[in-house]
Amino acid sequence: MIASDLIVALPEVVLALFAMAALMAGAYGGKDKLALPILWATAAVFVLMALVIGAGSYETRTAFGGLFIADAFAQFSKLIILISAAVVMVMGQNYLTARDLMRFEYPVLITLAVVGMMVMVSAGDLITLYMGLELQSLSLYVIAAMRRDSQKSTEAGLKYFILGALASGLLLYGASLAYGYAGTTTFAGIISTIDEDGMSLGLLMGLAFILAGLAFKVSAAPFHMWTPDVYEGAPTPVTAFFATAPKVAAMALLARVVHEGFGAAPGDWSQIIALLAVLSMFVGAIAAIGQRDIKRLMAYSSITHMGFALVGLASGTAQGVQAMLIYMAIYVTMNIGVFAFILSMSRDGRPVTTIDSLNQYSRVEPLRALALLVLLFSLAGVPPLVGFFGKFYVLWAAVQAGMVWLAVAGVIASVIGAFYYLRIVYFMYFGDETEPLDRAMPPLQAGLLVASAAIMVLGVVNLFGVESLAALAADSLVR
Amino acid sequence: MLNLLSIITFTPLLAAAIMALFLRGNDAATDNNAKWLAFIATVATFLFSLILLFGFDPQDTGFQFVEEREWIMGLTYKMGVDGISILFVMLTTFLMPITIAACWNVTTRVKEYMIAFLVLETLMIGVFTALDLVLFYLFFEAGLIPMFLIIGIWGGKERIYAAFKFFLYTFLGSVLMLVAMIAMYVDAGTTDIPTLLTHEFSAGTITLAGWQIVGGAQTLMWLAFFASFAVKMPMWPVHTWLPDAHVQAPTAGSVILAAVLLKMGGYGFLRFSLPMFPVASDLLAPLVLWLSAIAIVYTSLVALMQTDMKKLIAYSSVAHMGFVTMGIFAANQQGIDGAIFQMISHGFISGALFLAVGVIYDRMHTREIAAYGGLINRMPVYAAVFLLFTMANVGLPGTSGFVGEFLTFLAVFQVNTWVALFAASGVILSAGYALWLYRRVVMGEMIKASLKQITDMDRREKAMMAPLVVMTLLLGVYPAAVTDIIGPSVAALVDGHVAALAAYEATTDAAVRLAQN
Repeated sequence: MIASDLIVALPEVVLALFAMAALMAGAYGGKDKLALPILWATAAVFVLMALVIGAGSYETRTAFGGLFIADAFAQFSKLIILISAAVVMVMGQNYLTARDLMRFEYPVLITLAVVGMMVMVSAGDLITLYMGLELQSLSLYVIAAMRRDSQKSTEAGLKYFILGALASGLLLYGASLAYGYAGTTTFAGIISTIDEDGMSLGLLMGLAFILAGLAFKVSAAPFHMWTPDVYEGAPTPVTAFFATAPKVAAMALLARVVHEGFGAAPGDWSQIIALLAVLSMFVGAIAAIGQRDIKRLMAYSSITHMGFALVGLASGTAQGVQAMLIYMAIYVTMNIGVFAFILSMSRDGRPVTTIDSLNQYSRVEPLRALALLVLLFSLAGVPPLVGFFGKFYVLWAAVQAGMVWLAVAGVIASVIGAFYYLRIVYFMYFGDETEPLDRAMPPLQAGLLVASAAIMVLGVVNLFGVESLAALAADSLVR
Repeated sequence: MLNLLSIITFTPLLAAAIMALFLRGNDAATDNNAKWLAFIATVATFLFSLILLFGFDPQDTGFQFVEEREWIMGLTYKMGVDGISILFVMLTTFLMPITIAACWNVTTRVKEYMIAFLVLETLMIGVFTALDLVLFYLFFEAGLIPMFLIIGIWGGKERIYAAFKFFLYTFLGSVLMLVAMIAMYVDAGTTDIPTLLTHEFSAGTITLAGWQIVGGAQTLMWLAFFASFAVKMPMWPVHTWLPDAHVQAPTAGSVILAAVLLKMGGYGFLRFSLPMFPVASDLLAPLVLWLSAIAIVYTSLVALMQTDMKKLIAYSSVAHMGFVTMGIFAANQQGIDGAIFQMISHGFISGALFLAVGVIYDRMHTREIAAYGGLINRMPVYAAVFLLFTMANVGLPGTSGFVGEFLTFLAVFQVNTWVALFAASGVILSAGYALWLYRRVVMGEMIKASLKQITDMDRREKAMMAPLVVMTLLLGVYPAAVTDIIGPSVAALVDGHVAALAAYEATTDAAVRLAQN
């Protein structure tokens, strides 16, 4: 029994064991001397696990009495999480080494965070959900404050911790309400209670609290306040990590909770999510206009993007989930490219993050400027770049679910949002001549930047087949 | 050839990719190579499109040269042309070599400039050949990116404001259309344009937030499409981006903007609004007719007072586009024939006028009307060419400008006499501003010292004007060259429109009778 359970959760188990081994190796192996090998080994293990998961069966299997679910949906999310985590970690190594931040705890904490995320997307129970979420969050709090001698980084970590703890509290309170009114913590149990007795007020309150807690994790407005500060304060490789894998995990978890736990009453939660979506899209789009720091700008950009992903979810259908998954996959790809570039932004070896430092960058480095241009237009959702298709999918899901108003709100927000992406293009191509950025860029980062831009252009042909995988994943979740 | 349309559409893009990947260096030789490569690519595209024109059968009102492939999400990659779209393809491919020739004197970032224009050509042709809603949208919107860069990098002093305004204005217009397209997809279950042309979108009155909406879903979708195309056209009162964009854009950018990009709006009305939402088109036609009439008169008055030559021509473009929308929504054979004719002819005339401004701008680096005067003394050829196009712009019989205006007036007169009467006064005004411009720039004594050394058009400039002169005169004396090609398709479009309206009236009449009983 236990053996078969463990096999279902094998990737998580392997990763947890690996984290422990790496920790021991780091602690006894002369501390930070081993940091780089551990980092590469971690990335390799991530990719290996991604291969294992990708090659596994698409059938839904449960373990530990329904606490843990491995289905196509979890598979799809885990693939994005693992691959993006591996890429982001490797991408940041030059930055960390150059600034003396390469500690062996970094890959270990990321591994633990990834285990947490994988547990999150596989959660079949409120307890599992909470466990995964906290494992992830606690690891993230620490790496946000990784640069101990920087006030901003510590502030970011502390802020993230306090607000995160508040969100966890809300979520836990909601979970306890759900337990009280449904008499069970498993999603399957909750859904059957709702099926039989309808949605009681207590359950609804519980749901609202759970959604509020999760909205914090995906940084959806009005629970987004931590995002800009943490993005700005954390070291850039950490920011890049925050912007990718944890967002996917939290979004997938949100989808799982609402569909598996409360799927019988989509009318009740889809309104809440639609509201979160509209607020996020507009708050992100409008607040980003005034930003001068590219990391803060990306924070608001991520808030807008989460809003769009939530539009898909708000439609409450399998198409909606599929649209959300495709959106997240595209979003992560774009963000990896943009952060690969931000990581390389420096002047005389010191990191720069102001947007106007990009003045006339296209003259210095035409190819990289072009790649960034493609990514920015893709983020803005201008066709024919792949970012447009992400938006197209979620809007399509919303219209199909009869939420035309949500789609209209979405497109208007996307126009407002286009402005600040254009502003970056403006600095790169039309700006005044100023002191240029350093031209050196590690080949890995440059490669990722160009590759991600190329994906945005070439993906038009068939989105690299993501569509059918996402459809499979969505069907396994929404039945 | 099975993939002729794809070849025509993507040849420029291929050239752009080759240029981006294989053309290295920053010296004059590289720049020269870039220009020649772009020129050859655009000429090749034009030659391919001639095969298209000769293989096209005007009597067949369906889509020809159709290619279809599977794409994502149930969408299709489908291309094809009919009588309405083929001439726009020809217009684009015909004007592109001229445009490339017009930027021969550019010295900053020549390679990128050429790439931008080549990419833009692909996107423009794609708009006219796409037979899938989303594919159309893709081409339609993507054109903003190269144009944004063309205005922003190579434009005049206020280029940044103009570039942002251009992008955001047109982007805002189009996104609502995207929502309507998705709604159409959900309603009809397909994005295939030929299928959608026969799909009946519901036109029953609906209530939305307490508002009674006559024409129902059709009206809402029509309005969403209208938001996009009206901005693109541009129609009064959403035309304000155009003067800014035109004035700041480099000469070649202005030519493309006026000659081709504006036509996308008109093409959109013909391809989507009129045939797909006949009831809404009929309901809202008076609105469009009056907006067009106001545009014609108002922008002509504004043009009278301009001190910048490009701005004057830009306003005149808005006025001429007013004739186009007027003709389209008169929704009869003469109207639509006239609208298409007017678009084609305006493509040649406005393109030539912007080129003409570019010719003297290259010499004097100013577009102020006041800085010129008496050019006829030193530039006789220029004066003759400019005169021809001024007259064509006014609508002198014998030039192509006359035919379009005449046909649209004929059409509108049958539908709404008052609009026709009101708009006709705009024709007088257009004669006013155009001739006045000509007098101030070309006629009179050459008093200004700065102009003493000005030279007449050189061989390149003459070569690039010559085809435009030929086309303007040819279409002026032999308009059947256009109407023979578009006629049958337009007739089919009008018949379909009338039939759809009749069917709608029959059902509403039946409903009314039922209610009375």
